[in-house]
Amino acid sequence: MGAIALQGVKKSFGGVAVIPGVDLEIENGEFVVFVGPSGCGKSTLLRLIAGLEDASGGMIRINGKDATALPPARRGLAMVFQSYALYPHMSVYRNIAFPLKMAGVDKAEIDRKVRGAAATLNLTDYLDRRPGQLSGGQRQRVAIGRAIVREPAAFLFDEPLSNLDAALRVSMRLEISELHQKLGATMVYVTHDQVEAMTMADKIVVLNRGAIEQVGSPLELYRSPANLFVAAFIGSPKMNLIEGAAAAAHGANTIGVRPEHLTLSREAGDWKGVVTIAEHLGSDTFLHVEGEGVGAVTARVSGEFGAGPGDTVHMTPEAGRVYRFGADGKAMA
Amino acid sequence: MATTHTRAAARLTLAPSVILLLAWMAIPLAMTLYFSTLRYNLLMPGMESYVGVENYGWFLTDPAFKAAIVNTLTLVLGVLAITLIGGTALALLLDQPMWGQGIVRLLVIAPFFVMPTVSALVWKNMLMHPVNGLFAWIAQSLGMEPVDWFAELPLFSIIVIVAWGWLPFATLIILTALQSLDSEQREAAEMDGAGPVSVFAYITLPHLARALTVVVLIETIFLLSVFAEILVTTNGGPGTATTNLAFLIYAQALLQYDIGGASAGGVIAVILANIVAVFLIRMVGKNLES
Ligand SMILES: Nc1ncnc2c1ncn2[C@@H]1O[C@H](COP(=O)(O)OP(=O)(O)OP(=O)(O)O)[C@@H](O)[C@H]1O
Ligand SMILES: [Mg+2]
Repeated sequence: MGAIALQGVKKSFGGVAVIPGVDLEIENGEFVVFVGPSGCGKSTLLRLIAGLEDASGGMIRINGKDATALPPARRGLAMVFQSYALYPHMSVYRNIAFPLKMAGVDKAEIDRKVRGAAATLNLTDYLDRRPGQLSGGQRQRVAIGRAIVREPAAFLFDEPLSNLDAALRVSMRLEISELHQKLGATMVYVTHDQVEAMTMADKIVVLNRGAIEQVGSPLELYRSPANLFVAAFIGSPKMNLIEGAAAAAHGANTIGVRPEHLTLSREAGDWKGVVTIAEHLGSDTFLHVEGEGVGAVTARVSGEFGAGPGDTVHMTPEAGRVYRFGADGKAMA
Repeated sequence: MATTHTRAAARLTLAPSVILLLAWMAIPLAMTLYFSTLRYNLLMPGMESYVGVENYGWFLTDPAFKAAIVNTLTLVLGVLAITLIGGTALALLLDQPMWGQGIVRLLVIAPFFVMPTVSALVWKNMLMHPVNGLFAWIAQSLGMEPVDWFAELPLFSIIVIVAWGWLPFATLIILTALQSLDSEQREAAEMDGAGPVSVFAYITLPHLARALTVVVLIETIFLLSVFAEILVTTNGGPGTATTNLAFLIYAQALLQYDIGGASAGGVIAVILANIVAVFLIRMVGKNLES
């Protein structure tokens, strides 16, 4: 059980309104990801839900009950911090046991739960170690272990993978997704990495300057971004945004074409351009093209494409894959 | 980078200071050892004679010696208790966000800059004086009998005066340690259901262990040889009630003119201090490592 609802939640620090007012529904069992650029208020929003910051206005409901004024411990949520925030002087065992001990659970029960969590997270061999003697990935797992033993209504993660190297990040990403499947618990996950957001989320919340730009499933955001900000933020490589005559031809102020929706040809196409850089990844080729009348454009071609810097190519956007945006930055129907 | 050549050069350039330091320590120690084997009284110059370990015997069997040991330990432990508990409490207070934090912190640190003799005189004449003192005035305004601090509670009074001087030091060290505590750890504990007392006991206090260790080590070294506060206020009395080891040695040498006996006392004090140091390092060294 972990449904969270935010109604007009505001937060200001001093005179600065960091969160000017957010409405959001998080359903039980959902994996929700907050994404947005650095400083947009993702952590602040998460901390408001956790109760580590007091809201300046609005209401936070957890499982239908007003939790706006409840202290963090009574909200039934567990948080995994970016720095892991493990207790350095306690063994892994005592770290994981800490929330249970605070809740006054009896020793035998604590032992059973800690060992259960350790087994789930492959930590059984490390129970006697201190956090300082663990690798980054192991520390991460201890932090998750400390969260799961409490059987919280929802898990809150604040950029939990940002201190890990790329390979470990991919495997921990899978582990967290598996954990979500297994526990079926609500998870709210903050990241600024849109790949993490796309791969893990049931629902993505795109934030910009403390306000929600769009909420939707990863594919919804990919297929129908509500505005320029979301269009540019979701997808890798970034969507090409083209203004001027080429956009006017589509009856819009700005048009957006994803690199994977450009068809390249040596002979003919809508836009002509010269390749400046070609990145060959084997499975894909990324071509950075200086297009005539459309500016710098990135194109993604499946497999290998035999073009190098200086070559002339012709690009054609796929029909029905051109996003049109009005002067206010909003998507046009 | 350390080749044989550079190492030799390093030794050579270090030598003068090492030699100076050794001489600084070794010569006085050797002289003290030598004097401690003489019958050497300042009132009878030219009458020095070798007496072996007789001075040690006198010093150790002097009833004042046992009292001095007890007083020294009471003083050290009493001041440590007050400064550790009081310092932690003050540091916790000063760590709270409040108006005028900078000035308050400066004021708290101020006593550390007051010379022991001066602070002892202030305490003696302005605070604890049975007639003119502030405490006496407070007691009288409340209709109570004023306490004659140095007559009735002499050692306790000394402990209070010394603790007052050391409290800022403890507070400062503990405050800096407190400020280095990762706020996310505290928040994590809060989310885990720990109340303020549990956060203090399970998170803050273990984090402070190292700082508290440093305070204990440094204070003990200085507290074993408290002198000025005693000299200025009670002169070791009444009787031997406030005579610690340092004051006993002073009394032996300069009040009884017995250089031999005082030297023997000095050697004994050095040995005792080393025993305490070994115990402290054993006990506390573990804390510093992890
Ligand atoms: N305690 C605070 N006092 C004042 N301003 C704050 C405080 N905490 C956050 N802010 C401001 O609020 C804004 C949002 O901060 P927040 O930490 O939520 O960003 P974020 O989206 O998590 O960024 P990042 O991806 O870099 O972690 C920032 O502009 C920040 O400067
Ligand atoms: Mg953040």
